[in-house]
Amino acid sequence: MTRTVVTLIALVAIAGLFFVLLGLGTPDELGTVSRHYVERGIAENRAANLVTSVVVNYRGLDTLGEVTVLFLSVTGAAFVLRRRERKPVDAKASRASEIVQTGARVLVAPIMLFGAYIFVHGHLTPGGGFQGGAVVASGVLLLLLADRERELPHGLMSWLESLSGFAFVVAGLAGLWVAGSFLANRGVLPLGEWNRLLSAGIIPVIYILIGLKVGSELAALLDVMMRGEAVAGGPSGDRHRGGGKRHGGGTSRRAGKKRTKGGRR
Amino acid sequence: MIWLDALVCLLMVVVAVTATTVRNLVSAVIMVGVVSLLVSYLFLRMGAPDVAMTEAAIGAALTTVIFLIALRRTGEGR
Repeated sequence: MTRTVVTLIALVAIAGLFFVLLGLGTPDELGTVSRHYVERGIAENRAANLVTSVVVNYRGLDTLGEVTVLFLSVTGAAFVLRRRERKPVDAKASRASEIVQTGARVLVAPIMLFGAYIFVHGHLTPGGGFQGGAVVASGVLLLLLADRERELPHGLMSWLESLSGFAFVVAGLAGLWVAGSFLANRGVLPLGEWNRLLSAGIIPVIYILIGLKVGSELAALLDVMMRGEAVAGGPSGDRHRGGGKRHGGGTSRRAGKKRTKGGRR
Repeated sequence: MIWLDALVCLLMVVVAVTATTVRNLVSAVIMVGVVSLLVSYLFLRMGAPDVAMTEAAIGAALTTVIFLIALRRTGEGR
């Protein structure tokens, strides 16, 4: 009863807050910085998609920070859920249905291609490195769902990830060297013609690097989570999970303990 | 079109509140994914296709999948 009342009061308070925000309205004209972006952005960067020019060039340092945050969180997850020695899992139990397998065979290549298209054309059409990388990772997810036993090229993925992160910083330093500010666009690469694939200077290069980095990171995250499942969720893991329920779910560490117990059996 | 937007907003609130009250955790995760999908429609309507794509790809797809995998791993999903 008290909980319901408290929830209702909270909902009303939040709704009231939104009405206050509604009253504030939106300003009729742009601020100094946004006016500069809107009026001079295309001339300065020649990116047809102005959002890209803000994300990668004017606010490029923030994007580098975002990429670093994603890198650290994926590293943390991989550390907590690190891969253990795999037991031979019953092939029948880990096989997906015929529909998923056939669907994956047809769809994985177009999905990957679409992801690559999104981040290669980030300076022309909506989207960019983060979106394209996420689409690529969802293609990898389909691949993993169709065949749990599939081994991803881990060496290639970690190299791709580290090299693209490194190259992002190198591109920033090139701006510092040539134009005098970190991640500067002017003068590093020719700006090219507006609305062409080879235009906007260094922006498409950086977005391709971000796309590769985000794609390989998210794919590695999904892989490390699914792998853990493949070990714990095998035919023996099933029995185990029933037993584990008595202790009430559990954190990943507890799941790990359960797993080692299963190995001893 | 404004009516469709209002309908989507209303649906979002209903689904979000239901997600907090429903007993089955898998249903709750799916509902959170639905809220993400609806909000990405709203972003598109407000002229922000870049944000809409991010929300649909990461909020609706990858986050839902990661939550589902986590539920299965902890054995709470059934």
